[in-house]
Amino acid sequence: MSTTDAPAHAPGPRTSRPALEVSHVDVSYAVKGREVRAVRDVSFSIARNESYGLVGESGSGKSTVALAVTRYMPRNGRVSAGSIEVDGKDLLAMSPAALRELRTRTVSVVYQEPGRALNPSMRVGRQVAEVFELAGADRRSARERAEAMLGRVQIADPGRVMGAYPHQLSGGMLQRVVLAMAIASDPALLVLDEPTTALDVTVEAEMLELVSELRRELDTSLLFISHNLAVVARMCDRVGVLYAGEVVEEGPARELFAQPRHPYTVGLLRCVPDPSARKGDGGLDTIPGFMPPPGAVAVGCVFAPRCALADDRCRTLAPELRDVGAHRSSRCHHAERAAELPRAERSPTGRARAVPGAVRTAGADGAAGTREPVLRVRALSTTYRSRGVAVRALAAVDLDLYAGETLGLVGESGSGKTTLARALLGLVAPDDGSVVELDRVALPADARRRAPAQLKALQMVFQDPDSALNRRWSVRRLVARPVRKLAGLTGAALADRVADLVAAVRMEHRHLALRPGQLSGGLKQRVAVARAFGGEPRVLVCDEPTSALDVSVQAAILNLLVDLQVREQVTYVLISHDLAVVRYLADRIAVLYLGRVMEIGPADTVFSGPHHPYTEALLSAITRLEGAADSRIRLEGEIPSAASPPGGCAFHTRCPVRLASGVCESVEPPLASVGGGHEIRCHIPVGELRRLQSGERDGDPVVAGATWRHPSGAT
Amino acid sequence: MSVVAPAAGAALAPREREAAGGRGGLARRLVRSASFDVGCAILGFWVVCAVFGASFAPHPALAQSLLATNSPPSATHLFGTDQLGRDVLSRVIVGARSILVVAPLATVLGTAAGTALGLAMGYVGGVLDVVVSRVVEAVLALPMVIVALLFIVATGHSTATLVVVIGFVFAPLVARTVRAAVLGERELDYVAAARLRGEGAARIMFAEILPNVASPILVELTVRLGYAIFAVATLSFLGFGIQPPTPDWGADIAANYSVIPAGYWWETLFPALAIASLVVAVNLVSDGVEGVISS
Repeated sequence: MSTTDAPAHAPGPRTSRPALEVSHVDVSYAVKGREVRAVRDVSFSIARNESYGLVGESGSGKSTVALAVTRYMPRNGRVSAGSIEVDGKDLLAMSPAALRELRTRTVSVVYQEPGRALNPSMRVGRQVAEVFELAGADRRSARERAEAMLGRVQIADPGRVMGAYPHQLSGGMLQRVVLAMAIASDPALLVLDEPTTALDVTVEAEMLELVSELRRELDTSLLFISHNLAVVARMCDRVGVLYAGEVVEEGPARELFAQPRHPYTVGLLRCVPDPSARKGDGGLDTIPGFMPPPGAVAVGCVFAPRCALADDRCRTLAPELRDVGAHRSSRCHHAERAAELPRAERSPTGRARAVPGAVRTAGADGAAGTREPVLRVRALSTTYRSRGVAVRALAAVDLDLYAGETLGLVGESGSGKTTLARALLGLVAPDDGSVVELDRVALPADARRRAPAQLKALQMVFQDPDSALNRRWSVRRLVARPVRKLAGLTGAALADRVADLVAAVRMEHRHLALRPGQLSGGLKQRVAVARAFGGEPRVLVCDEPTSALDVSVQAAILNLLVDLQVREQVTYVLISHDLAVVRYLADRIAVLYLGRVMEIGPADTVFSGPHHPYTEALLSAITRLEGAADSRIRLEGEIPSAASPPGGCAFHTRCPVRLASGVCESVEPPLASVGGGHEIRCHIPVGELRRLQSGERDGDPVVAGATWRHPSGAT
Repeated sequence: MSVVAPAAGAALAPREREAAGGRGGLARRLVRSASFDVGCAILGFWVVCAVFGASFAPHPALAQSLLATNSPPSATHLFGTDQLGRDVLSRVIVGARSILVVAPLATVLGTAAGTALGLAMGYVGGVLDVVVSRVVEAVLALPMVIVALLFIVATGHSTATLVVVIGFVFAPLVARTVRAAVLGERELDYVAAARLRGEGAARIMFAEILPNVASPILVELTVRLGYAIFAVATLSFLGFGIQPPTPDWGADIAANYSVIPAGYWWETLFPALAIASLVVAVNLVSDGVEGVISS
């Protein structure tokens, strides 16, 4: 089988043995007295110094593989067939002592949640030093080496971090600490299980760069597990695609993503919103159907029920993983014509004309000023007290929302996006003097004081459907309640409306009797969307509506939101950390930083520039599928605490192009119009921004920022 | 529905069929719990005694036989007789009634009141929470028996008083548990969604939050029932509960314990064993419920 061939391009310096050799592995869980196979016949090998990626959606078995290669199986799980060799040693035959030794010296793992990998009651320094002590160092030298190791993962102030407790550090910093602990033993194999999923894009970009650098320095092989195709494409030499516990395709990363040879990979790649895709161009592709649950008995190909290329042979005869080119293999009867997979979904209506935002954007320049906004926000501030310290989460935000448009809100975590949404809805108390007007009538600050019509006008889709849906209620009750309460329908009219809503989110009548716990993540979010539309809102706030979902499900939800917007003429406020999602849906974009609007304008203009240096950093931090990693701008450090925001321009501490005159440190720039409804909060004149961002800048951007002099000093 | 494109949501979610009957599953797992089964068997026995005891007890519970006072266990009187010559076995059987009426009623009352109080403290919070929390702590700081005695002295004996007083003492305990559970639920977004619909506080507390904190309340209910049985027996023993000559375990122990030194142990031992077996049975049931709910 080709998967077990060591690739030619990775000769190992230590030995020629592969760092990890997984052959024909089955992993089963005992569930209610039944053996459920979560992983079937998985084989792959990772050569010395090679970086291997495993991609797949939730439920594909990728984390199970990560657990199996370290033998950290839950008590009900076991490797029921096949063999795993780490550094030439048979993992499955190891004694507990040998296993401990292996985990100390040969294999290290970094998980998704760094906060859970560290002991909350121990100082960070102690925990890092322990790794060296386990390897035999005495206490003092262990401490010194721990500090050096923290420096190596580019922690600017290792001494301070050593003395801190985990809760005092940010997620990105913690992940660096965990990484330092993982590489401290100079492992032969480093397993990274979704290492950046919990992080912001800017932090993710830094983290990935750090891992790449460390890989060059260390003699370490990498098993990189992620649901994010772009991240895997960037980080890995070779990639395996997992579906329903099987490797369905394998090959060198670049070739695999450029020319996928399995319909699932093709479908998955099409689900990712293209950076140039806009909602007016038509719907996103989705993969119809659902992944079979672990343990489902499949006759024929596991992907056949969802595959538009499937024929009778696919449905009766399970394909073997077979060679389809140099170092490429695919588990498909039709691998050669996988790229011909028909487009699963294209909106049949001419959406370009139907999307109001698209029309508006076309003639947006200046026109925005003449129309009446649905929602008008002036000087919206919120301050909450945390341990006696006043934290200003929002600082005098001004916004106008027009009928039928989508306003995208972007920014790192801690930028105030969610606070802004909750303040609009009256779930968070704003400071005195804040104004939120609906049709020129001021809304009471607290949702409890708002009139029914005002409540009806503003609704929300929450980020996490598990939290947002009452788990004791049936779908019918969840959807019907707002219809009854807000739209005032009863009896047959109520039942009809509920049926309409459920059909509109493409669920079926039989789903009505189920509770949220019986639905998949995507279906739960559909219920949440249906519920939000139940009150016939005029403004719908969507807080990260797809961040908890897989890409194929995300595409379906985004399509749904666009279709509903066309039908119901609803205004959206879309909060997302995923700029591709924002770009796809938004007509206008507001960029938030420390509770301030740094830039606002039509989506195309904000994306094409000239933009605020912060926006530029956010945009260049996106890990893209196509093209090499060309992070032009890297932000220093992390977003400062809102409890003590920097004086002057809030962004100056991280700004790569701040002015040498010192004005950025002392004076907060105004949000100034640069034409076409586009406003930027920066001291640097727009012409200079355009010149800076057109690529003429030479050398390292940080250095450029230090040397670049603004002609007049200040504006 | 013209914009609806095909395929997207058509197929069945995998998890759907697995959990088709959540309630039925809970009952089945309860039956499979050994401690639940044993507890139910003992409890069932006493319930039968409480309901039909008078008809199958070997002697009338109140019949005195002055010729056979303090007679040890024998074929005619399996558990012996007391100082008035009444059959101890019959009094134990019939005595189940009073305790199995008062204790469950008091428990239900205390749990209901405590749930309402806990929901209000947890959801409304603020000053209400602070004030009620302090009052609750003050009540809990006093020994239960003292509170109960004061109450009974103030209002006079009656079965209703007994139910109310035990319920009153239990309510703060239940309220604390419920409050803690509500604090976790209050932060979830379904509560925010309800506020966005303009639901009132009462509706949010009882229709939205209450079903989600039902599990800890159910566990608390069974635990409290055990304590309630103990409390009824204690108060009867002290003479503030069920009044003689009504057969009652606690009152019978009180009436007869003074003659233990004379060697008449059976008059005290059997009612005491009855109390112990009932408390153990209830605790077994509550263990079973807790185990199933938390797993």
